[in-house]
Amino acid sequence: MSAAIELRGVEKSFGDVAIIRNINLTVAQGERHALIGPNGAGKSTTFNLISGYMAPSSGSVLLRGEVISGLPPYQINRRGLSRSFQVTNVFANLSVWENLRCAVLWATGQRYSFWKNIDNLPEVRSRTAMILEDINLTARRDVPAGLLTYAEQRALEIGITIAGGAGIILLDEPSAGMSVAEAARAVALIRKVSEGRTLIMIEHDMGVVFDLADRISVLVYGQIIASDIPAQIKQDRSVQTAYLGTAA
Amino acid sequence: MTVTTLSAAPPLPTATEKFRFYALWIAMAIVLVVLPQIFGSGASLTTFSLIGISAIFALSYNILLGQTGMLSFGHAVYYGLGGFMVIHAINIIGANKLSIPLPVVPLIGGLTGLLFAALLGWVSTQRSGTAFAMISLGVAELIASSALILRSFFGGEAGISANRTKLFRVFGWTFGPQIQIYYLVAAWTLIAVIAMYALTRTPLGRMCNAVRDNPERVQFVGYNPHVIRYLAFCFSGFFAGIAGALAAINFEIANSAYLGAVQSGTVLFAAYIGGIGFFIGPIVGAIVVTILSLGLSDLTQVWQLYFGLIFIAVVLFAPGGITGLLMMHRPLLRAGNLFKLLPSYLAALVATAAMIAGLILAIETIVHYTVNPGDDSHIKAFGVGFDAASPYIWATAAVLMIGGYLAARRTWTWVGHAWDNATHEAREKGIAA
Repeated sequence: MSAAIELRGVEKSFGDVAIIRNINLTVAQGERHALIGPNGAGKSTTFNLISGYMAPSSGSVLLRGEVISGLPPYQINRRGLSRSFQVTNVFANLSVWENLRCAVLWATGQRYSFWKNIDNLPEVRSRTAMILEDINLTARRDVPAGLLTYAEQRALEIGITIAGGAGIILLDEPSAGMSVAEAARAVALIRKVSEGRTLIMIEHDMGVVFDLADRISVLVYGQIIASDIPAQIKQDRSVQTAYLGTAA
Repeated sequence: MTVTTLSAAPPLPTATEKFRFYALWIAMAIVLVVLPQIFGSGASLTTFSLIGISAIFALSYNILLGQTGMLSFGHAVYYGLGGFMVIHAINIIGANKLSIPLPVVPLIGGLTGLLFAALLGWVSTQRSGTAFAMISLGVAELIASSALILRSFFGGEAGISANRTKLFRVFGWTFGPQIQIYYLVAAWTLIAVIAMYALTRTPLGRMCNAVRDNPERVQFVGYNPHVIRYLAFCFSGFFAGIAGALAAINFEIANSAYLGAVQSGTVLFAAYIGGIGFFIGPIVGAIVVTILSLGLSDLTQVWQLYFGLIFIAVVLFAPGGITGLLMMHRPLLRAGNLFKLLPSYLAALVATAAMIAGLILAIETIVHYTVNPGDDSHIKAFGVGFDAASPYIWATAAVLMIGGYLAARRTWTWVGHAWDNATHEAREKGIAA
């Protein structure tokens, strides 16, 4: 079985500045993979390269063995990869319900149809309701997304990401900016929704990382310096120096 | 699916709600049918016809601006081409005695609008925002100037005309009298409004709203925002073509003004003043703008200036348009405390009216001295005669403007306070969000 996601010699530079230098990474099907590293290491750029937000300068990204680098984001999404954003990126004027429903439409085969009544699609309705329950926003169903609290918007962000039923989920700092209690709820949510899927997650909170991840990759200055199971990463010398800080 | 899961979904409409929904459309149809029985004069029939045409056009424009977030400065292109094609079609049908009756002819205009939108839209809908607006302006200029050059099709300055009564007749309708044209426009208006409303409630319609809010995110839920914008553009062109066709049938002529920047500006104006955030907004705007443009031109020489001032006032003080202003009051109406606003509203309106009266006096006086300085200074504006040379009039204008402005500033803050209190009450009753 081919890997869910594979990066082969991926590089990205803006002008003369190389942001990503030769990344090779393999994430197996069903794995929960955490991508960690200091600010500016290129974690979000890596997500942008995988999800089609930008194309790599060289190298290739493979999704279940097929090259996807260079494809536009919507085509990558249709192949079963969905991502969230570090800065909340929802449909601000639409209600929570509408937000989730928009995210369900393509996956249920509605395409660009203009001959169907949207309120009369049982599958869309039930899937949207299910996601709404999953992210615990039922009470806020009819509120415009722009008026939600920060933590609620983050939950909606995850909801939109998983609503299409993609097999591979990329979450960019899902618990950033949350209180301890909110982060705990977010972790429970992520654990629940990533069941049976492949998850790649950028995260700064080491508690969350070691709690959730099956494997961890450490990105420093655009290069992966280690990729292993959590126990090994903790002991890795180069990680300690570069990232966790040298022991005093 | 389990029952608990579906309970999270919004409740499906009950039988009563469904009945009310359909009753509303039937009521609208009945109003359209009986309207000429109440206002039967030729002038009112013409006004109603123009309102219908303008409503279809403004709604088609709002598919772009309000629904999909695309600001077009050249929507008249599709309206005008629909109109021109229909005049040619009527001439061809008449000359060849084809058995095509007039009521289906607007469809030709719609298909023309659709065809040109499909041809011209693919490139311009690549981006929304400034790029789209600029391309729409460029295309509009291109088509409008070619209307004056390609005389064989567009007829140059004079335009082209047709005789709508020469077509194949059904039920003995000649479509000569204005009443028959009124019913033709009314029927097409109803069909077009229902179709455009239905469009907002389809998967494409909802994805249009998503593209308006956040085209970037749309790409990450599997949709290509370019395709969504393109389809919206095609629908918009289709309905604009129908509106242009009805206008051409109504006037029996099409000329370059149909395609021009003024026509494109007027539809933007109508949609915005009515409220682009609501489906019925552009209809309200079409009614207001049509009546204003017919009425104001009799009352003052510089009616376009007042048009502009009204537009600026709406953009600054009521970005939701007239419909937005009215809808704001709905929670208070439901909470039953709207009446508490009345005293402060009354005070604010008196002050604002005084300021506007002063402004009008000043404008008309200035117009007298700049536009017609040689004429008699006893002028008439809005049906009121006054002496533009009299210092008393100047003083009155100054007092009204300055006094009205100061009073308006004070009284509108009262409205604000009354508003806050009323909303607070409504919120405690659990009505306002």
